[in-house]
Amino acid sequence: MIQVQGLHKSFGNLKVLKGIDLEVQKGEVVSVIGGSGSGKSTLLYCINAIEKIQKGKILVDGIDAHDKKTDKNKLRQKLGMVFQQWNSFPHLTVLENVTLAPRVVLGQTTKQAEDLAKQYLDHVGLGDKYDEYPTRMSGGQQQRLAIARTLAMKPSYMLLDEVTSALDPELVGEVLDTLRLLRKEGMTMICVTHEMAFAKEVSDRIAFVEKGIIEEIGDAHQVIENPANEKTQRFLSKVL
Amino acid sequence: MGLSLFTPLSWNDTGFILTGVLNTLYISIVAIFLGSVLGMVVGFIRSISKQSFNLFMGAFLDILRTVPLIIQLVLFSTYVGVIGWPLNPFTCGSIILSLYTMAFMSEVFRAGFESVSDSMRIASRSLGMGYWQTIRYIVLPIGMRTVFPSWIGVSLSVVKDSALVSVIGYMELLRTSDQLITRTQQPLEILLGVGLFYFIISYPLSFFGRHMERKMAI
Repeated sequence: MIQVQGLHKSFGNLKVLKGIDLEVQKGEVVSVIGGSGSGKSTLLYCINAIEKIQKGKILVDGIDAHDKKTDKNKLRQKLGMVFQQWNSFPHLTVLENVTLAPRVVLGQTTKQAEDLAKQYLDHVGLGDKYDEYPTRMSGGQQQRLAIARTLAMKPSYMLLDEVTSALDPELVGEVLDTLRLLRKEGMTMICVTHEMAFAKEVSDRIAFVEKGIIEEIGDAHQVIENPANEKTQRFLSKVL
Repeated sequence: MGLSLFTPLSWNDTGFILTGVLNTLYISIVAIFLGSVLGMVVGFIRSISKQSFNLFMGAFLDILRTVPLIIQLVLFSTYVGVIGWPLNPFTCGSIILSLYTMAFMSEVFRAGFESVSDSMRIASRSLGMGYWQTIRYIVLPIGMRTVFPSWIGVSLSVVKDSALVSVIGYMELLRTSDQLITRTQQPLEILLGVGLFYFIISYPLSFFGRHMERKMAI
């Protein structure tokens, strides 16, 4: 379970998150929607302890993510993260992209790591690309590679930061299909997304964030189709 | 028939010239190696340092980069002699040429480290890789590929700059040719030959550089 309690985060004088409370149960998919600059991506970075926080608490399976004594590298193994800019490692082949962390961090042998990597690459539909370099692939393929690379660390949770925002429209579908697959397998996910239809389809709950505050959170269908909060209504009327 | 003070160039001089070639190669390799290792360390420190420290370090590096190498060589070799700690020309030349190379290499490597975006590092850290693992497996290999052409460029200049070490008495290619010219009075042939040797030394480096660039293209 991921528990975010009273989270405050600012960059210098700019207050980005102003008291976020959120609980995500194991097996649940929660989407976070909201305008750009609302702080939704920052929330993910805080959960992952990539960004420091000013106030509040984040517990991942009961472990305080921002405690000085917490091993951040261990913590991040539990929290797989996929980014808007897929950030595939350009100097490594597709297979090496996936095997690097399991070898270096988990101490798997090359053989073990490769067997596992092939399994995940097949899973995301890149079974024919093992020896290709990522820069020769499309954005959608690179994003699926990023997902496979993250899955190979066997995370308990996936944090998805606008994973389709930088993709050409015709490539969005293949990445969403991969996420649907994860959903079906029961992966716990927090998706920051602009894809409202997708959010409604795969999420259990949706949180609407504006100016660093969760204005509304509830059942996915209810939030999209019948939002209770006026601000949510205004936002949805603009994007739908 | 008068007695000539000069003896023309002969095949017997080949060995002498080859000694010069080997000494040029030797001191170049030492300077490129030490300069690269030190330059990588300094470049890395600069890429993560605060601005104030960088200004201080930058000033020191600028001295090395802007004072002509020949002056540095003469000053250093004279000075270590004066303080009663004379060094042989090779050691003396290696130290100065390596420091000089380091000053240029540090900027090359700094640019390399800084060329790797934060988001790339964050992606690596988010996989659970530690700070040094990220440097070792992501930042270093990507950054070095980016600046490899500049590294080749600096290395090529070092081979040519090594000629200046002749002024403090190191028997490298230029100095051997100088002595031969004094004896034979055939500067044209000898300088042409020496130029050819510098080309023969440098060209493989340049060729290797282009080959690697193609191979590592990202």
